Amino acid sequence: MFTQLLGQHFVHTALLAGAVVAITSGAIGTFVVTRGASFAVHAISELGFTGAAGALVVGLDPVIGMLGGSLAVGLVLGLLSLRGRERDSAIGAVLAFGLGVGVLFLSLYQGYATEATNLLFGSIVGVSDHQLGVLAAVGAIVLVGIGALYRPLLFSSVDPEVAAARGVPLRALSVAMFLLLALTTAEAIQVVGVLLVLTLVITPAAAAQRLTVRPGLAVVLSIAIALVATEGGILLSLEKSWPTSFFISAISFAVYLFARVYRRAG
Amino acid sequence: MTRDAPVVLADKLALRFGERSLWNDLSFELARGELLAVLGPNGTGKTSLLRILLGLLRPSSGHVEIAGGPPERSRSRIGYVPQQRIFDRDLALRGRDLVRLGLDGHRWGAGRLTADERARVDRALDEVGATPYADAPIGRLSGGEQQRLRIAQALVAEPVLLLADEPLLSLDLAYQSIITGLLDAHRRSAGTPVVFVTHDINPVHSMVDRVLYLAPGRWAIGTPDEVLTSETLTDLYGTPVDVLRVRGRVVVVGTPDDQHVHHVDHAH
Repeated sequence: MFTQLLGQHFVHTALLAGAVVAITSGAIGTFVVTRGASFAVHAISELGFTGAAGALVVGLDPVIGMLGGSLAVGLVLGLLSLRGRERDSAIGAVLAFGLGVGVLFLSLYQGYATEATNLLFGSIVGVSDHQLGVLAAVGAIVLVGIGALYRPLLFSSVDPEVAAARGVPLRALSVAMFLLLALTTAEAIQVVGVLLVLTLVITPAAAAQRLTVRPGLAVVLSIAIALVATEGGILLSLEKSWPTSFFISAISFAVYLFARVYRRAG
Repeated sequence: MTRDAPVVLADKLALRFGERSLWNDLSFELARGELLAVLGPNGTGKTSLLRILLGLLRPSSGHVEIAGGPPERSRSRIGYVPQQRIFDRDLALRGRDLVRLGLDGHRWGAGRLTADERARVDRALDEVGATPYADAPIGRLSGGEQQRLRIAQALVAEPVLLLADEPLLSLDLAYQSIITGLLDAHRRSAGTPVVFVTHDINPVHSMVDRVLYLAPGRWAIGTPDEVLTSETLTDLYGTPVDVLRVRGRVVVVGTPDDQHVHHVDHAH
């Protein structure tokens, strides 16, 4: 049965969509982790959910609403560029309210409940060819953006004071990074769902930080881990009919645990 | 720029934040190879002065030239050493990467270093004696080792000017003298002038050419012997201040910032 499924078109689409999402998530995750902005990822994805639920209520494509919601939060977080505890509590407050609004939207929505469930927990196997095209286009934007900003983004993430002294525009970079993160998050939601975005954006990058000391290699490893988790998760869910999101988060977490005990070499 | 033109020219600078005026008519020049210590209590605009020299902050009036042009133009040729900042223990970054960012971190793209640029990173690491731990994770190094790498990061772009903002904070005495020694050696060999912001003159006293003392609303500049006297500081603060020399150390007593000075002196 497994080999039969492997021949199916929808499985190919799912694997390709998973690859796109894994590569973008793994790449941006490195900068999110170095900036200590994991919580922001959570906020962006939950507000993406609010946007998607809102879109469902008014009869729009939930992906549009999701992009709108996460980009709006990404823009605000980037502009505020708060640090430390202030950022923590500000994000917490915004996130909670946004989720409350999302719950309201869901209760107003009269359509199929599976749409909502898919948003929360992901639905990789339902990806259409058209959606795959959109995912690939958005993924390309994110990767080109990261590539163009790589050095100043790294500089401002690990060493903001000196970066500012050298003329690196911290605020503009922060806005750019959060917008790229918002695009990534909106992509990842479609695969793993709102509640598990962190498993692709944070876990692989956090593991990679422990596996190498080279910043460039950390990006590559983070992408590789996200890829293994996503594709492995999709394949395992064909074999055993547990949710894909579970397998993805399980593999990604297993790599993270390994990285924590692994004594890292150069 | 001729050989004798000042590297830094500060002309009638004034800085005001709303109602509060920090300084007026602040003028000074800095020649090649000079080391200027900027002293004074908290809140007198020491860091703001550095930000003005970097072109990150506009003075309320007056103007600044670095190497004969506006500061923005020289920004990538100014070496900046900040206060020690603790790096996350798990950060995927080596000392070598930190130094490299001082060379090309402001450029777009991912980019690779040329062989010549790689050699410059190696030379900078070597100059501060950081080669043995250049490939170790930076978050696992001691504060003093990290601060040495900071110096290498500031030197790697062959700067026309070095700015250091309290680079000795939270370093022990041995490392304080290593760090000041590195800056001193570099300005002597390469002629790069140094502006050194500090609340404690003692670690740099022997190498300072001039002192800029910022007091609330007023300032004085001159050699350490001219500025660090009871008369000058009493005049600056408008209250009796005593400057004592005890076993080669300068101790300032009676400033409104007094507990701070005491605290710092006793800590050593």
